[in-house]
Amino acid sequence: MTEGTDAVELRGIGKSFPGVIANHDVDLTIRQGTVHALIGENGAGKSTLMKILYGVQRPDEGTIRLNGEEVVLKSPTDAIQHGVGMVFQHFMLADNLTVLENLVLGAEKLYGIGDQARTEIARISDRFGFGLKPDVLVEKLGVADRQRVEIAKVLYRGARIIILDEPTAVLVPQEVEALFANLRELRDAGNSILFISHKLDEVLAIADDITVMRRGATVGTADPKTATKRQLAELMVGSELPSPETSESTVTDVEELKLTEVTVTDEFGRDLLSDISLTIRRGEVLGIAGVEGNGQSELVEMIMGMRIPSAGHITLGTEDVTHWHTRQLREAGIAYIPEDRQRHGLLLDAPLWENRMLGHQTQAPNAKGPWINRSGARKDTQRIMTEYDVRAPGIDTPSRALSGGNQQKLIVGREMSGDPVLLIASHPTRGVDIGAQAAIWDHMRRARRAGLAVLLISADLDELIGLSDTIQVLLRGRFVGTFDPSTVTPQDLGAAMTGGEAA
Amino acid sequence: MKALNLRSIGLALLAPAIAIVVSVLVTTLVIAAVGSSPGDFWSAMFSNPLPRLRVNIVNQTATYYIAAVAAAIGFRMGLFNIGLEGQYTLASYAAAAFGGGAYLSGFANVLVSILIAIAVGAAWAGVAAVLKTTRGVSEVISTIMLNSIAVFLVGYLLNRYGVHIGNSVRTTTLAPSSNVPGFTPYLARDGEIWGLSLLAVVVGVGFWVLLNKTRFGFDLRASGMSPTAALASGINPNRMIITAMMLSGGVAGLIWLPALFGGAGAYGTSFQSGLGFIGISVALLGRNRPLGMLFGALLFAFLDTQSNTLTFSTNVPPSIVQITEGIAVLAVVVAFEVVRRWRARLEQRSVGQKPVAATEASA
Repeated sequence: MTEGTDAVELRGIGKSFPGVIANHDVDLTIRQGTVHALIGENGAGKSTLMKILYGVQRPDEGTIRLNGEEVVLKSPTDAIQHGVGMVFQHFMLADNLTVLENLVLGAEKLYGIGDQARTEIARISDRFGFGLKPDVLVEKLGVADRQRVEIAKVLYRGARIIILDEPTAVLVPQEVEALFANLRELRDAGNSILFISHKLDEVLAIADDITVMRRGATVGTADPKTATKRQLAELMVGSELPSPETSESTVTDVEELKLTEVTVTDEFGRDLLSDISLTIRRGEVLGIAGVEGNGQSELVEMIMGMRIPSAGHITLGTEDVTHWHTRQLREAGIAYIPEDRQRHGLLLDAPLWENRMLGHQTQAPNAKGPWINRSGARKDTQRIMTEYDVRAPGIDTPSRALSGGNQQKLIVGREMSGDPVLLIASHPTRGVDIGAQAAIWDHMRRARRAGLAVLLISADLDELIGLSDTIQVLLRGRFVGTFDPSTVTPQDLGAAMTGGEAA
Repeated sequence: MKALNLRSIGLALLAPAIAIVVSVLVTTLVIAAVGSSPGDFWSAMFSNPLPRLRVNIVNQTATYYIAAVAAAIGFRMGLFNIGLEGQYTLASYAAAAFGGGAYLSGFANVLVSILIAIAVGAAWAGVAAVLKTTRGVSEVISTIMLNSIAVFLVGYLLNRYGVHIGNSVRTTTLAPSSNVPGFTPYLARDGEIWGLSLLAVVVGVGFWVLLNKTRFGFDLRASGMSPTAALASGINPNRMIITAMMLSGGVAGLIWLPALFGGAGAYGTSFQSGLGFIGISVALLGRNRPLGMLFGALLFAFLDTQSNTLTFSTNVPPSIVQITEGIAVLAVVVAFEVVRRWRARLEQRSVGQKPVAATEASA
């Protein structure tokens, strides 16, 4: 390694996917031994950029220099050989193996699988204060410990440039502090860290340099010593800051969905949701805030009939729907925007018009009795594409070829069709570009005015505060607080989400 | 648009073309390696079949095709019904035993026997489906075991209730009035095309309509493409597993019926085993598509029938044809994946160029 050269130097990186330019004219320089924060909204191209740096994707244009030397990274294996390691947001650990086994897995050639490996792991753990216990099964570890295992895994493979993809998204505040302490140790030992986030407080707390991305391009750099959150936010969203705010209340007195002391239990008898009661009236948006994994998915799956509650009642309109199956609920007018659109909302290899039918395959205009109404579905897909501005070559394009924003607009359009009475929206604007986000918000507001009841789950607190009429906070499967969005601040919500401690 | 269609048709034909070339090459190499003459082999294989063999090819195509559709019904929703073999063995025996019993006469006897075959095949597949939905047993494992059970069960029943003649045993032969008349395109000694071969047409058209025109077919394909999305869309996975599995087993029950009512007359030494596994191969070869499987069935029937001539005209063992068939299936699977990736990259590139305008328009 030559002193003085930069650890990473990306110049003019460009990358296109079907329907979207993910990166263009991206320049990024990471100095040796620094924490470099890469910030930007969801869909700004951060993920693509780090995948390029980790060899998962190959850029269409531009150059990558590592420690002054130009490289072509064809695969993650290449990247690791060049000393680049990555910790994904979703951990890639084998639960039924021990910490030691997870670290060694796939890197057996480095230090073997015995005492030498154990010594090396102990060295890494002690050096950076990870406190790893090599013989504990990973399934017994909490989220923060798993994350340390992931980081250790990268170090074990000899990485000196470490990419962390939104590492704090899954952590509570104290854990974030501990992570930052680890990162500082790593940095002081001469490692370079690329820290990807869209949480500005954290970025200002840890970063030595900041690069901002917007719409696939790097739009500026900032010095964390002098920059303010306001300046960073403006850089991130540009001049056209879309606002999720809704003006006047449209809440009526008609109860559409009512949950009465509902409990959901998993197969081991643990309560995933305890005594949940809520009411959503027509024209009302109920927002659910919470750190991911506190029962949001279970709440949605239960209302959608994919999980049967072990106690309590669900009422839709005037009917008791506690034991109804998903299809009955859908036919009764529940629209559903799933959290993971690719896994739960789309048939990726099927054409758009078949995706328009999905979830509504028993209803007009998609079906006539037991038969598919092909022409009806195709015509209505065309309508959705026009009304919801879904940009795709045509209705026979497979949905895989669409960008995330266009996929989501198709789903929103589909779910808003056929006059639903209740909308379950899980992270409706996650990973979509700003244009699509504003459009989706517009559609939700319009539907709310027309009397739709909405359950909104989002990790974006501004979105929750802007769109909701009431906000409930979910923590460890319980509601721990009710807030009025007109007076609450993101800080208040953050405190409630983490159990009362200051966020 | 026109050019695009031409290109996509070209791409669709590319994979099978590659597969055939590869299997021909590999077979040639194998024959040369064992010291026989590839030239003799191919000239025998691609000689114009005798009328007797042509009739055989048609009959076998129909049989293979029914078996392939039975397999494809499961495959399209990601269910691996490896138990076609057991299902049609048991169903064929049940139909032959009932038909031979002559409780009904003529056409009614044939019709009820067919229904019994469907019911028995469906029920036997249903066992695996119930095991999967209630106990989480993989259908691959349970159907393989049910295959063995079916073979032994039929052996036992045949031995106990069958007609023993010398060393062989069979069910009571059908009354002549229950033989379904066929077509005799050549001389009588060249044999006839079984009347119930038409079942293949019914099954094929039915499969196409079911898959593309009905809600059930949509649910089936959706379950195959993404079980998670299917669940979220309101499809009941357990009900789908049971329905699809029983449908697959029901169709499997038909596999040997053309032969039974077209001349075999009884379940005995003339029973053709192994059709279930051939069906799986043909379904793979034809990519579970109604038309693709027709070509696959024809190819396999042609190769199998023509291989009989090898004994007379060459010193190549007829079983070498199975290598050709195996390679063809393997090559098709690989070639389709390669072409799919290549096409995805093409699509990506062509769509990737468009959004420049779109982004500007939105800005």
